[in-house]
Amino acid sequence: MIRVKLPLHLQRLAGIDGGSGFVSVEVSGPVTQRSVIDALEEQFPTLLGAVRDRSSGRRRSLVRLYACGEDLSNEDPDTPLPEAVASGDEPYLIVGAIAGG
Amino acid sequence: MSDVRVLVGTRKGAFVLTSDGARKDWKVSGPHFPGWEVWHMSGSPVEPNRLYASQVTEWFGQQIQRSDDGGETWEPVGKDFQFATEPGTHLWYDGTSKPWEFTRIWHLEPSLNEPDTVYAGAQDAALFRSDNGGESWQELAGLRTHESAPQWSPGAAGMGVHTIIQDSSKPGRMYVGISAAGVFRTDDAGESWQVKNKNLTSNFLPDPTAEIGHCIHKMAMHPDRPDTIFMQKHWDVMRTDDAGDSWHRVSGDLPTDFGMPIAVHPHEPDTVYVVPLKSDSEHFPLDGKLIVYRSKVGGNEWEPMTNGLPQQDCYVNILRDAMAVDSLDSAGIYFGTTGGQVYCSADSGDSWEPIVRDLPAVLSVEVQTLS
Repeated sequence: MIRVKLPLHLQRLAGIDGGSGFVSVEVSGPVTQRSVIDALEEQFPTLLGAVRDRSSGRRRSLVRLYACGEDLSNEDPDTPLPEAVASGDEPYLIVGAIAGG
Repeated sequence: MSDVRVLVGTRKGAFVLTSDGARKDWKVSGPHFPGWEVWHMSGSPVEPNRLYASQVTEWFGQQIQRSDDGGETWEPVGKDFQFATEPGTHLWYDGTSKPWEFTRIWHLEPSLNEPDTVYAGAQDAALFRSDNGGESWQELAGLRTHESAPQWSPGAAGMGVHTIIQDSSKPGRMYVGISAAGVFRTDDAGESWQVKNKNLTSNFLPDPTAEIGHCIHKMAMHPDRPDTIFMQKHWDVMRTDDAGDSWHRVSGDLPTDFGMPIAVHPHEPDTVYVVPLKSDSEHFPLDGKLIVYRSKVGGNEWEPMTNGLPQQDCYVNILRDAMAVDSLDSAGIYFGTTGGQVYCSADSGDSWEPIVRDLPAVLSVEVQTLS
């Protein structure tokens, strides 16, 4: 299982607020940013469009994606994620950018 | 006695304010969806406990929430707003053509007759309809694909459908207001649309009387007189008495006729309310005095309503969707400010009291009268 950390607003949308903010998703096949977010959206349909634009499939501009101390926001979404993420040892972090008032 | 429920969308969440018909003691519920912008909330006239909310942030996009218990609990419903046909282009600020792109829902307008039907006005300007309580949405593409659409352009707030008015006397007739394109009317439930901008004048346009490009801020109609509509335009308060075929200016003796919202009294079709702002460069009340102007004769002659409103050092804005009326015998008039106040007059505007003073900036106010 892959651990995904959601920001507060997405925890609420997913109906899991009040906990740790981590959810576990299962990915069959290569573990990539695309497959992890696909699995997340399948498990929590209210998150459709909240991380990636629904029409273009691109990351929303004020959402950042991190893992293992690296900013993966602009990486190819089909590049395999680090083994530590695939094994569940390290989380995949979805972060709301610091912006606005 | 009837109760009232005031639905307040703010920059940081939604609030539901309730009172009995005296409108003195208020219960405040919220924030719902804390931290999110709530552009608009509205309730079904057929099923008043069914509410809709447009919840959005730049970060995580658009959500539509529905409540079936008057706002006590909410559930996210459909948010897939896909254009029904290939997106065309509209004018951008720099004069270039820009493809249509969904940004957010500005306004939700439940059907007057069908509890599961609701219309949604979008930025970029498009109109959507749901017939299943918001679970899914279909675009009424005749508006976005109107032959004039390539000439539409955004106002400073974007290019959105902010006003949706249904004519209960003529099934299929509906009006929309688009900033900055103008007024459009359909007589066939959204299949086709006619431009209704005759006699509108906008000095920011190269041709001030151009057919397209007018920055409509808000329109209001009394259901008993559906061919008469009042409009607060970027500048000018306007009126039509022929269902939009022509407009005439009724700003009259207003000290300034720039403003955002406009409302019509629930029992007096010729009684109209506006909140003038200093200018299009200074979106705050003239001289720091917050004044609602009321005309009891359908415009031109306006009287200032100041009792209970701040008359010094007030520099808030009152946004286009932030004014509404209830339908109690002694009519209630309501408006919200960017300073977080929601004011209520329980006597048709003669006197005002704040219901709340310190909410986030108010984006929208709607009122339900509950029997």
